[in-house]
Amino acid sequence: MRAHIPSYEMVAPKTLEEALTRLAEGRGEWRIFAGGTDLMVLLEAGKLTHRRFLSVWRVQELRGITFAPQFVTLGSLTTYTDVLRHEMLRREFPLLAAAAAETGGVATQNRGTLGGNIVNASPAADSPPALLVYDAEVELTSARGSRWLPLREFHTGYKTTQLRADELLARIRLPRETAGFKPYYRKVGTRKAQAISKVCFAGLRNRATGEARIALGSVAPVPLRCLKTEAVVRQGGDAAAALAREIAPIDDMRSTAAYRLRVAQNLLKEFLDA
Amino acid sequence: MPKAAINITVNGAARSVSVWPMARLLDVIREELGLTGTKEGCGEGECGACAILLDGRLTNSCLVPALQADGAAITTIEGIARGEKLAPIQQAFLECGGAQCGICTPGMIMAAVSLLAENAKPSEAEIRNALAGNLCRCTGYMRIFEAVSRASRPEGPQR
Repeated sequence: MRAHIPSYEMVAPKTLEEALTRLAEGRGEWRIFAGGTDLMVLLEAGKLTHRRFLSVWRVQELRGITFAPQFVTLGSLTTYTDVLRHEMLRREFPLLAAAAAETGGVATQNRGTLGGNIVNASPAADSPPALLVYDAEVELTSARGSRWLPLREFHTGYKTTQLRADELLARIRLPRETAGFKPYYRKVGTRKAQAISKVCFAGLRNRATGEARIALGSVAPVPLRCLKTEAVVRQGGDAAAALAREIAPIDDMRSTAAYRLRVAQNLLKEFLDA
Repeated sequence: MPKAAINITVNGAARSVSVWPMARLLDVIREELGLTGTKEGCGEGECGACAILLDGRLTNSCLVPALQADGAAITTIEGIARGEKLAPIQQAFLECGGAQCGICTPGMIMAAVSLLAENAKPSEAEIRNALAGNLCRCTGYMRIFEAVSRASRPEGPQR
């Protein structure tokens, strides 16, 4: 059933301070709204539980990509198009560029944001597997202050996160330490363009040190960094068996648990053999 | 909730409209601004029929709440022709048979305009990628790709 549009409220602050003040006073009734590529679909379907939306689209403090010696920091409103147009970012973080290129079509890439993709907390999101293997950290900001947290601790369960009612995700930072790694990214869906993934795999491999980093989407309640499988890879053990123990795919409208497990193991093999 | 007054530049003309903040920009364009060239297909960002340019960027207008368009400049399909004269991309769709039932056509043209504005001579792969978010159930796409290609190479050999 479609939503009754007049009963929804939206405000659009232009500064971070104003947005944080609203959140602090709102006691959890505001839902943060960025590019709208997920939330508007839910609105159409009458599935949005919130009635009040805080648009952060015009908050300039949440934009921008900056390079420092240790980290690259991305504003949470960085769009997939922003990622694809940034030569330095593409070169240094090719998995992020690959994820951006495979997310939706051009119109979705122009509106969809990395922050929204993370906070929306879908296990099928395309960018979190890439961000997870880069050891991304997220900055959660409120009127009380800011805290940084590893992305792999941010998602706590299906569509649940560490974000408190008065916080918003302000920035994402990526340590600049993966120059020696070979990237591998593959999204498996029903169609090459614009499909929601059945399985998404992001990997980084450093042949010199034997280190492997692995993260998958659509195979668990959260986008999953597979630390146990990585340890087995380092030790030269049965990685496919370790992966089967670590992920927990389900049957749903897009695929089956059995198919997802098979594909995840095949992608792991392709990654390790590459 | 009260309506909000928003200012939008529509195909070059400044307009002020009173909207529900969460109304879809698509509905504002069609029903408040009276520009019915922009079509609704799926209403969930999958088909591209409602695509417009929002501050120069290809955008599905069904996924933008009206309040977020306050202060923006939009270009719809009505802003593409030059008076009575069709733009080259529109002429190419006509000549190549790129339009059949016509529902996807405005969005396809907007996606093509967005591509050609940034890449005057796109490859076949670049054309396919740029139009991947626009669905057509009539043409099988080949004539659409051909039209975009022809519009980008008016002087070159026709396929």
